[in-house]
Amino acid sequence: MNDTKEIKMMTPFTMVLLLAMALGFVVAIYRLVNGLGAATNLNDDFPWGLWIGFDLLGGVAMAAGGFIIAGTVYLLNWKKYKPIVRPAVLTAFLGYLMAVISLFFDLGQPHRIWHPAFMWQYHSVMWIVAMHVMFYTTTLAVEFSPMVFERLKMHGLLKFINGIMMGVVLFGVMLSVLHQSSLGALYLIVAEKLSPLWYNSLIPYFFLVSAVAMGLNMVSLESIISSKAFKHKPHMDILQGLARGSIITLGLYLIMKVIYLLQGPGFAAIFNGSMEANLYLLEVGGGVVVPLVLLLGTNVKQGVNGLLTVNILVVAGVLLNRMNIAVFGLYGYGKSMGGSYFPSVMEFLLTLAIVALGIFLFKVAAKYLALFPEAEMQT
Amino acid sequence: MSKAVLIDLTRCIGCRGCQIACKEWNERKARRTSFHGDYTNPTALNSDCYTHIRFHEQEKNGVPVWSFVKNQCLHCKEPACVSVCPVTALKKTEAGPVVYRYDRCIGCRYCMVACPFHIPKYEWESALPWVQKCSFCSERIKDGMIPACIKVCPTGTMFYEEYDKVVAEAKNRLNRSPAKYVKHIYGLEEAGGTSWMYISGVPFEDLGFKMNIPVAPLPDLTWEYVSHVLPLFGITFVAGLGAWVITRRHANMNKEG
Repeated sequence: MNDTKEIKMMTPFTMVLLLAMALGFVVAIYRLVNGLGAATNLNDDFPWGLWIGFDLLGGVAMAAGGFIIAGTVYLLNWKKYKPIVRPAVLTAFLGYLMAVISLFFDLGQPHRIWHPAFMWQYHSVMWIVAMHVMFYTTTLAVEFSPMVFERLKMHGLLKFINGIMMGVVLFGVMLSVLHQSSLGALYLIVAEKLSPLWYNSLIPYFFLVSAVAMGLNMVSLESIISSKAFKHKPHMDILQGLARGSIITLGLYLIMKVIYLLQGPGFAAIFNGSMEANLYLLEVGGGVVVPLVLLLGTNVKQGVNGLLTVNILVVAGVLLNRMNIAVFGLYGYGKSMGGSYFPSVMEFLLTLAIVALGIFLFKVAAKYLALFPEAEMQT
Repeated sequence: MSKAVLIDLTRCIGCRGCQIACKEWNERKARRTSFHGDYTNPTALNSDCYTHIRFHEQEKNGVPVWSFVKNQCLHCKEPACVSVCPVTALKKTEAGPVVYRYDRCIGCRYCMVACPFHIPKYEWESALPWVQKCSFCSERIKDGMIPACIKVCPTGTMFYEEYDKVVAEAKNRLNRSPAKYVKHIYGLEEAGGTSWMYISGVPFEDLGFKMNIPVAPLPDLTWEYVSHVLPLFGITFVAGLGAWVITRRHANMNKEG
C-alpha cells in the first residue's frame, strides 16, 4: 500500500484533540440552553467578540488557499501545483465549516440561520456574506467530493463531477473574491467607531489581499506539516513557488498598509504606545515585514524550516489583523460607552474545540482519502 | 407623511416621567440598580429600558447647573441598522418610526455594531434573545395616539409634529432666542438626518452627544462597496473564463506542435 494509510489515529495528540472537542461540545450545549450572556462575556458595548473575530473572520481567511490553488490549477492550467489542490480545497472546506459552526453558536436565534436565503436584503453586507457562505460551502463540498467518490468507487458520479469541475472552480473563485472582500466591507459602516489604524474606505480590498497572503501560507504550512507528520518528501519547488507568491502579495499588502497609514492617522500614530498602536506594530511587523525580510533573504527559501517559520508568522499576523478589526480596534469605542470585554473561558473552549475539529477532520481525511495522491505514487 | 420630534433640552426638568411611561407602555420589567455617583439611572439603556434621562452637572459662574438629556432611538431617516440587517428585521416606516420585526431577526447583532448612536440593546440573559429599542410608539401612532413619553411630559419638552414642521419649529426657536440656545440642531444633519432632533442651551459636546457622526447617511459608506459587487462578480467571471480559454488553447497548441 502507501504511506498515508499508515497514519495512526490513536496517538496522544489525537486524544488531546478529542478532549478539546468533548469540552467544546459541553460548552456548545450550555450556550444553547442558557444563552449568550451566560456563556460569553459579550455585552451591549461589545456585541461581537472572539467567535466573530477569530473563528468567522479568521476561519474564512484561512480558507483562501482553496480558491487560489484550485484557480491556479484548473483555470490557469498550472499543473505544477496539482499535488496540493486536494489539501488546499480540504482546508478551505474545513475553514468554512469552522466559520459556519461558530456563526451558528454566535447567532442569538441559531435555528433561524436559514432566514437570509428567503428574506433578501441586498443592501446588507451581512446578507451578502451569508449567501456567500451558503453557496461557497456547497461549492467546496463539490470540489472536495471526488476524493470521497474515489474512495467509495462511485465512478459514474466521479466522472460527472470531474466534467463540471472547471465551472465549479470558476464559480468558487468568483464567490471567494467577493466573500473575502465583503467580510472587510462589514466594517465600512463603523467609520467613527473603528480605530483609524484599521479603518479606511478600501478595507474590503485589504481583507482580500491579506486573505490571499494567508491562503498561500496556510497551504504551504500544511504541506510542510503533513510531509513531516505523514513522512513524505515535501515538494520544494511548490513551496518555493508559494513563497514567491507570498512575496508579491505581502509586498502589495505592505505598500497598501503604508499608503493608508500615511493618508490616515499618520506614521506617528503607530508609536504612541497605546494598545492599538502596539497591536498594529505586532501585526504588521511580525506578520508582514519580518516574513518579507526573511523571504527576500536568499537562504530562507531553501530550507523547509525557514519557510515554516514564515508561514506561521504570516498566518498569525492575518489572524491578529482580524482580531484587531473585530475586537481591539473597536475597543476604544466600547470602553468610551462604559463597557469592557475579554473572552470568557467558554468562548475560548468552543474556539479551541472548533480548531481541534478542523485538525482532526484533516487527519481523518488524510488517512481514509487520497489526499496526497502524488505522495502516494512516489512510494 | 412622516412624524418627527424636537427635544428642547432647555425645557426638561429631569422628572423622568417619560422613562416610567415608556416602561409601562412597553411592559418592560424593572431592574434593580444601585447608587453610582450621579442621578442617571440606569446608567445606560438596556433591553428593558428604551429611554432614560442622562443627568449632567456643570459649573457656570461658580454655581452648579444641571442639564437633563433624554436618550432614545433617534429614528434616522436613512438608518444604518436597517441597511445592515441581513433579513430586513429592522424597517423604517413611512410614518417615521424605525421598527423591529421579531419574526425575522436571526440575532447577528450587526445593527448594534452599526448604530452610530449606540441604541439597539440585546437580551443577553435570554436563551433566545431579541434586540430591543425604542419603537417611537409606532403602534400608538398607527392608532392616532402620541408616543407615551411625549404624552406624560409635564413641561412640553418634546414637540411632536410632521417632520417639516418640526424642523421649522427648531429653527424658529433658535432664531427667536439666540441667547438661550447654542446654534445647532442635533439630528438635522447627523447621520444624514434623524426623525428625533435636539436643541440645547449647553454645547452638545458637554452633554455626552457624539459629535463625530458622519453627516452623510451611513448606509452610503457600505453602498459604495455593495454597488460594486455585481460588476466585481462579472469581472472575476470574465477573467477566470478568459484565463481558462487561453491556457487550454496554449496547452492544445503545445500538444499538436
